[in-house]
Amino acid sequence: MSQASVRPGGAGAAGQAPTGPVRTVLAPILLGLAVVLLWQGAVTLLAIKPFILPGPLAIADQFGANLQNVADGMLATGRNALVGLLIGTVLGVLLAVLAALVRLLDEMAAPIVAAIAVVPIVALAPVLYTMYGAGAETARQFVAALAVFVPVYFNTLKGLRQVRPVHRDLMRSYAATSWQATRTVTLPTALPFVFTGLRIASSLAVISALIAEYFGGPVGGLGKSITSSASSSNYGLAWAYVLGGVLLGLLFYSAALIVEKLVSRRSGG
Amino acid sequence: MSGLGRNATPDVNAGPVPGAGAASLAVDVRGVSRVFAGRKGASVTALDDVSLTVAPGEFVSLIGPSGCGKSTLLRLIADLDTPTTGEIRVFGKPARQARIDQDYGIAFQQAGLLPWRTVTGNIELPLELHGAGRAARRARAAELIELVGLSEFAGHYPDQLSGGMQQRVAIARSLAESPSLLLMDEPFGALDEMTRERMQNELVRICGETSAAVVFVTHSIPEAVFLSNRVVVLEPRPGRIRDVLRVGLGNPGERGETLREDEEFFRAVSQVRELLHGEAPAGARGAATQ
Repeated sequence: MSQASVRPGGAGAAGQAPTGPVRTVLAPILLGLAVVLLWQGAVTLLAIKPFILPGPLAIADQFGANLQNVADGMLATGRNALVGLLIGTVLGVLLAVLAALVRLLDEMAAPIVAAIAVVPIVALAPVLYTMYGAGAETARQFVAALAVFVPVYFNTLKGLRQVRPVHRDLMRSYAATSWQATRTVTLPTALPFVFTGLRIASSLAVISALIAEYFGGPVGGLGKSITSSASSSNYGLAWAYVLGGVLLGLLFYSAALIVEKLVSRRSGG
Repeated sequence: MSGLGRNATPDVNAGPVPGAGAASLAVDVRGVSRVFAGRKGASVTALDDVSLTVAPGEFVSLIGPSGCGKSTLLRLIADLDTPTTGEIRVFGKPARQARIDQDYGIAFQQAGLLPWRTVTGNIELPLELHGAGRAARRARAAELIELVGLSEFAGHYPDQLSGGMQQRVAIARSLAESPSLLLMDEPFGALDEMTRERMQNELVRICGETSAAVVFVTHSIPEAVFLSNRVVVLEPRPGRIRDVLRVGLGNPGERGETLREDEEFFRAVSQVRELLHGEAPAGARGAATQ
């Protein structure tokens, strides 16, 4: 849900110029308002019990009352997600560059990376907690890094293979060294693909770091707070933390999206 | 059939530098074959025992149907590919050494500009790779942009330019290091007829100003005749030189738009056409009709 709502531009922006911006900004806001009103109306009129679904007003109330706790939770989870995102991205890019340079390495790594891709990575969390100790955040960061690694690796590797034959011929005709060719052609060609991988990975990092908290480890993060509020029947508060999770995911996604836009604009894409 | 000579030797060139010795030839292709290994042991002979020389300052076109190996020959001269047998020398050096010494500039059918660089940045690319200073690069790029008439577009990115403009940038880039040899592989192949003729006029003018030798691959008969001192007609399967036609229409720089209406021009065009399609000249293999 969160991902679909932030996808910018698209059909609306390309439409009639004067109404375009108004439509792209106003329309989603109106729709969002309508959904929230409908939700609150249904909860009030049908007298839905809060443990089934609390109304948006109740959630907003809890969110406002526990703003500091939610922000702390976002900070704790966000820190793990960010560390995971950085480690996973660096590893993904480095290994992709190696795989692109050494054919054999690529062939050896392909099945292993494919295996990592299908492992439910957060399910590793309980095992990792026993490895690193339940008091450390390491397991969560590890889970986030692993989730990030896969899309970054595949996208970067794909990007490194996009060099057009005419550019390769050109570099050869210039008698360019392989480092010159990498720097002037291969890397700039791959860059937009790296950032597409990073965009996909950004929300995965938050989701993984958050869900990993469900399986143990220190308290304070959003995931732990959601489970503890829910188990003490404080459903409004649980949903307030979920809202915090949505905001955190949006923050990561938007940041990655902005960087991607900047990079692809400069590379003429 | 006057003016025709099979595999013309250097002394019949009567090009800008007549009677040039072997060491000072721009391009010297001797008995070159290129066989590509196909699937299941099958092999394709793209070029079979081809010999060709290009004098300094001479404009030579390679023309022939698809699969006659004209692009392969150009790639061999550029050392983007290696001959199976035979030898290629460029300015008296092996092709590989000539490539390393940057003795030629090259342009392809696709402009092949780097989309993340401006027009100026693209033209500066070869200078940058070979260590020219920033100021020298800027000055040379500005000069070349002027030469191809794109001064207003120096700061534009390739995707903001038309196909013809992109190709002009590519030609400017190929001229960046003032090479004495230009290799051009159907550089106007993807352009419409009007743009194409304008580009031909410009190329003729540029060649007149730079006095570089040119090897020019094309599909178009009028293009080959308009541009060249000599037109080399190739035949396919296996790729061989069928004949060489000397076009006596004056040196680059002396050619202009009026030449296209010239009777000599039409006669040369029909001569090339006959060579391409018509009855196979004596000695050529019978596989020419298609």
